[in-house]
Amino acid sequence: MPEKIKIIINDKEYEVRPNQTIMQAADGVGFHLPRLCYHPRLSIEGACRVCIVEVEGMRNFVASCAYPIHDGMKIRTNTDELRRARRDIVELILDNHPTDCHTCVRDGNCELQRLAYAMGIRKRHFEGEKKNYEKDISSTAVVRDPNKCILCGRCVRICSEVQAVTNLGFAHRGFKTVVMPAYNLPFSDTVCSTCGQCINVCPTAAFIEKNYTQDVFAGLSDKNLIKIAQVAPSVRAAIGEDFGLSAGRNMEKETAAALRKLGFDYVFDTQFSADLTIVEEASELVHRIKTKGKLPMITSCSSAWMKYMEQFFPDLIENISTAKSPMSMMGAMIKTYFAEKIKADPKNILSVAVMCCTAKKYEAARPELLIDGIRGVDYMITTREASWMMKSAGIDLVNIKGEEFDEPLGMSSGAGTIFGATGGVMEAALRTAYELYTGKEMPDLDIKAVRGLKGIKEGSVMMGDMELRVAVAHGLGNAAKLLQEVRKDPNKYHFIEIMGCPGGCVGGGGQPYVGLNSVPLDENLLKKRAEALYSSDKNKSVRKSHENPDIKKIYKEFLGEPLGERSYKLLHTHYKQHYPQGIISGEERCQGPFDGKR
Amino acid sequence: MEKDNTAKIKELRDYIGSIKTTEHRDSYLIAVLHKAQDLFGYVSQEVMDEISLSMSIPTAHIWGVVTFYHYFSLLPKGKHAISVCMGTACYVKGAEKILKAIKEHLKIEIGQTTTDGVFTLQEARCLGACGLAPVVMIDEKIYGNVTEKNAVSILKEHSRLK
Repeated sequence: MPEKIKIIINDKEYEVRPNQTIMQAADGVGFHLPRLCYHPRLSIEGACRVCIVEVEGMRNFVASCAYPIHDGMKIRTNTDELRRARRDIVELILDNHPTDCHTCVRDGNCELQRLAYAMGIRKRHFEGEKKNYEKDISSTAVVRDPNKCILCGRCVRICSEVQAVTNLGFAHRGFKTVVMPAYNLPFSDTVCSTCGQCINVCPTAAFIEKNYTQDVFAGLSDKNLIKIAQVAPSVRAAIGEDFGLSAGRNMEKETAAALRKLGFDYVFDTQFSADLTIVEEASELVHRIKTKGKLPMITSCSSAWMKYMEQFFPDLIENISTAKSPMSMMGAMIKTYFAEKIKADPKNILSVAVMCCTAKKYEAARPELLIDGIRGVDYMITTREASWMMKSAGIDLVNIKGEEFDEPLGMSSGAGTIFGATGGVMEAALRTAYELYTGKEMPDLDIKAVRGLKGIKEGSVMMGDMELRVAVAHGLGNAAKLLQEVRKDPNKYHFIEIMGCPGGCVGGGGQPYVGLNSVPLDENLLKKRAEALYSSDKNKSVRKSHENPDIKKIYKEFLGEPLGERSYKLLHTHYKQHYPQGIISGEERCQGPFDGKR
Repeated sequence: MEKDNTAKIKELRDYIGSIKTTEHRDSYLIAVLHKAQDLFGYVSQEVMDEISLSMSIPTAHIWGVVTFYHYFSLLPKGKHAISVCMGTACYVKGAEKILKAIKEHLKIEIGQTTTDGVFTLQEARCLGACGLAPVVMIDEKIYGNVTEKNAVSILKEHSRLK
């Protein structure tokens, strides 16, 4: 087979790699063909027909996303006829779509809107039948609105091919086709992990997060409440994108300042409670190793992963660390430790978490996490909701003067910072566990084997005379693959990190929608966001959670010992099997992100 | 009834078990659904859950297949299935009026089952008995030269005999 083949695009010859689709080849030489149902990480649907091109010798236009190139192929991408056909295709999609753009939550960042603009739809010729279904608002995290759905199927594919959840499918046929869960069950009663990846890949607003911004605004204007916010690591690594900044700008100080301008009395850092999580989790790991407890221990901070585990891997409940997530630890500390400090009734505290996540909305409402009957986190808003609130209040995040987080829950180590990227929790936990186990300092704090976007990463660390075998998976499909291995060979690893979303929290379901020149879950975008966190870690003077002075202080003043009585009551939780039971289908077919070629 | 179902579920499981060894097991889903509908008369959520677990196919996928094909019914069928032929010959000979008369008498629409569970009403596209048009098929029996008037008495007659 020759290294390169020749194809002719618009009368010009190009040498390209064989075994590509027309779209891939065209992308490579600078023609970004319009597209809708296509996503580089998902299987090819060929449903929307927006990417059609003309191939010499073919009777009809072909979908470039699905058609392979061959030597000498003559392709045209931009004839009058093609432009007309594409415009008609998009117009026909619009005909069944609501005409409420200016009141839609995705106004301004809707792919269908962009496409309609690019195709030059300036006049409407037809009026089509509209869909009239009820919105499903039953879930605490994800809202499904079939009226906005254009049946591109990206959500269906990501839910099964990347996340191995397969909660969504096409039901019925023809015009009546609807994307829905089995039996048209309300979302709250399904296997949905609430990861929110359907929201990330949806081109329109058929999937959106449950919006709590109005509740938060209402709380902020209540004079009787003490308003406290916490900010997750990955929020600062991405929120700038919502304000037109390029990806990878760390907006930590700006975000803290903006939240104060919104009306929060205190702004705390979830990275502080990430340090707390690490101290508890690393202590738990060392305890399990020393007492021959259940191994491998598996991390528990990803809420989508927790719900998935309860439905798909209930046999692993004993392996799950009982440590709460950083968000819930922070919630617990705000309503106890901090309330005591400022002599406030925890009932008068409004605790809001700003997260890169949608699943944390579900987590915040979990009854197991109540502290003396009250919630640690009253509302969780996504990065998107937070940036909307800032815009709505006229806060200029780009030019605002940065401010520090508040004490005593605002200082964090580099370990707490890297929680947002896949492998970060593992790396942070090992930095502490190593010292707890050996009593010596870890020689090299950067554990490169667990960094990066490979779907499943493996490594081992020598802790004294013990070889600690670890594995990291991100995206639930990769998690499923890894855990099937663990089911077969429970002794293969000692410690496993699982993150529900591709890339870890930086690729969370609540992160900003991508701009014009990118695609959701783009590898480079995730890398840049992660890099913002890793460089922040590198520049910190304290890089180990247990060395964070405010962590030492909170144990001394309030919590006592890690895994002690009070820590256990406030910082740990439990899990149980959850129905309906999930079915992992063909996980070997499951295309984890950034693994293999696509 | 309960006991009856246990036996049927066992038969369904055995059927699924019998294809376990074959390649591309997933592609037997439609055959399994046919078997289920034969056994139970319809495909219930419980049956789909059962198929999902024993074939390791997510319910969302099974639901997609069952709702795609009109052949599969999600609701229990009545004891007797009435098919009113709406093929060309029957149609021009007044099938629509017959259908209307039956609907009014049974107080149900096409695809529905009477509250007493005796009759389910369906349309058919040519039963191959055009010489007898208009025809109505009840269960496996063809009734020819049906009129608006005798349609109702045929129903009564049929349910009394069987």
